[in-house]
Amino acid sequence: MENIFQDKIDKEIRIEPKDWMPEKYRQTLIRQISQHAHSEIIGMLPEGNWITRAPSLKRKAILIAKVQDEAGHGLYLYSAAETLGISRDEMYDQLHTGKAKYSSIFNYPTLSWADMGVIGWLVDGAAIMNQVPLCRSSFGPYARAMVRVCKEESFHQRQGFEILYVLSKGTAAQRKMAQDAINRWWWPSIMMFGPKDDESPNSIQSMKWKIKRFSNDELRQKFIDVCAEQVKVLGFTLPDKDLKWNEERGHYDFGEINWDEFWQVIAGNGPCNKERLDARKKAWADGEWVRAAATAHAAKKSNKLKAA
Amino acid sequence: MSFSTIKHYYGDYGEAKNGAADISTNNQSKEEWPLWEIFIRSKQGLDHKHAGSLHAADAAMAIENARDVYTRRMEGVSIWAVESKYIHASNPVESGSLYDPANDKAYRHPTFYDLPEEVKYM
Repeated sequence: MENIFQDKIDKEIRIEPKDWMPEKYRQTLIRQISQHAHSEIIGMLPEGNWITRAPSLKRKAILIAKVQDEAGHGLYLYSAAETLGISRDEMYDQLHTGKAKYSSIFNYPTLSWADMGVIGWLVDGAAIMNQVPLCRSSFGPYARAMVRVCKEESFHQRQGFEILYVLSKGTAAQRKMAQDAINRWWWPSIMMFGPKDDESPNSIQSMKWKIKRFSNDELRQKFIDVCAEQVKVLGFTLPDKDLKWNEERGHYDFGEINWDEFWQVIAGNGPCNKERLDARKKAWADGEWVRAAATAHAAKKSNKLKAA
Repeated sequence: MSFSTIKHYYGDYGEAKNGAADISTNNQSKEEWPLWEIFIRSKQGLDHKHAGSLHAADAAMAIENARDVYTRRMEGVSIWAVESKYIHASNPVESGSLYDPANDKAYRHPTFYDLPEEVKYM
């Protein structure tokens, strides 16, 4: 069975929910997809913070649309995970109890309007870099969800870059605000690609299963190369004194990442871990009566239908 | 076959270092809204096509949610919602016996037939 399965994967035949699959493949995917879904849902919070304070009606409408997209992305992904046999409630429960994780980036605070620009440009940019190869994931429902997500994500990155571009043409105070936002988000953004390759000896298995197409370091390098050029267009700088074009490698060299910070944030010690999770739990608890009312209403209607 | 995948996928910090531990799939849910399969007609004249699934208390809510989830960018002009439990599907284990027989019936395709050059369009 294991061999037939691997053979299908090698031939780029997608695996669908009812097909036989190794238990470990299923478990790994449930974890990967649900954590990705949680990231979309928690990811609404840092930006939701600025909806009421967006500088214009246009920016407010854009931000609302973006946050709504993220809710949608969460839903696509939860549905994909459900096809593997885990229930939605169970996933929520894992998120709320802290058993499941979400992307560490969302545990940083959004202090200024420029953060909305940087999140679009860098955070969504890093996400896209990660997500595009996932459109070819060996698991059909995940790949299909990712195709939808990627289509929509492109506007997120562009609107972010545009926010920064407008600020770069603004007053000295606006430029300072934008540079400050870049300084705060750059390192957490490149941490989004995950630990270094030599610290993940077993990702070979996920490569073999084609639920991962490129390694963390490959994607990170690609992202840094792109951003190092784009930041010039903005006339800002990236906060890395070791960032330098390496002719020989054909890539930018960059400084040492503070992995201790990364693991600290994941372990729950980031600046906003508690706030994010509390907000999420509160939203879930506050919505309880709505869910109960809708269920009761549906039951009442269906009883009436039966009686008639 | 035994191996352990420790990490790292996008948004996934793995089992080690405080990532999610075991993922249980006992599929317990108390009062979860039922699951619906959503089909969208992207424009008049085309078929409804499966778009994905979502939870809703009833059909009306399923359609409203589908509007918000799947047609935010004019992707559809019509929505079908079917409660997932009513979908019957063929079994992938049987796909060999179901679909392979069509393999050796090339004569069902127009390209199977050799026609003289003079017959240009047929």
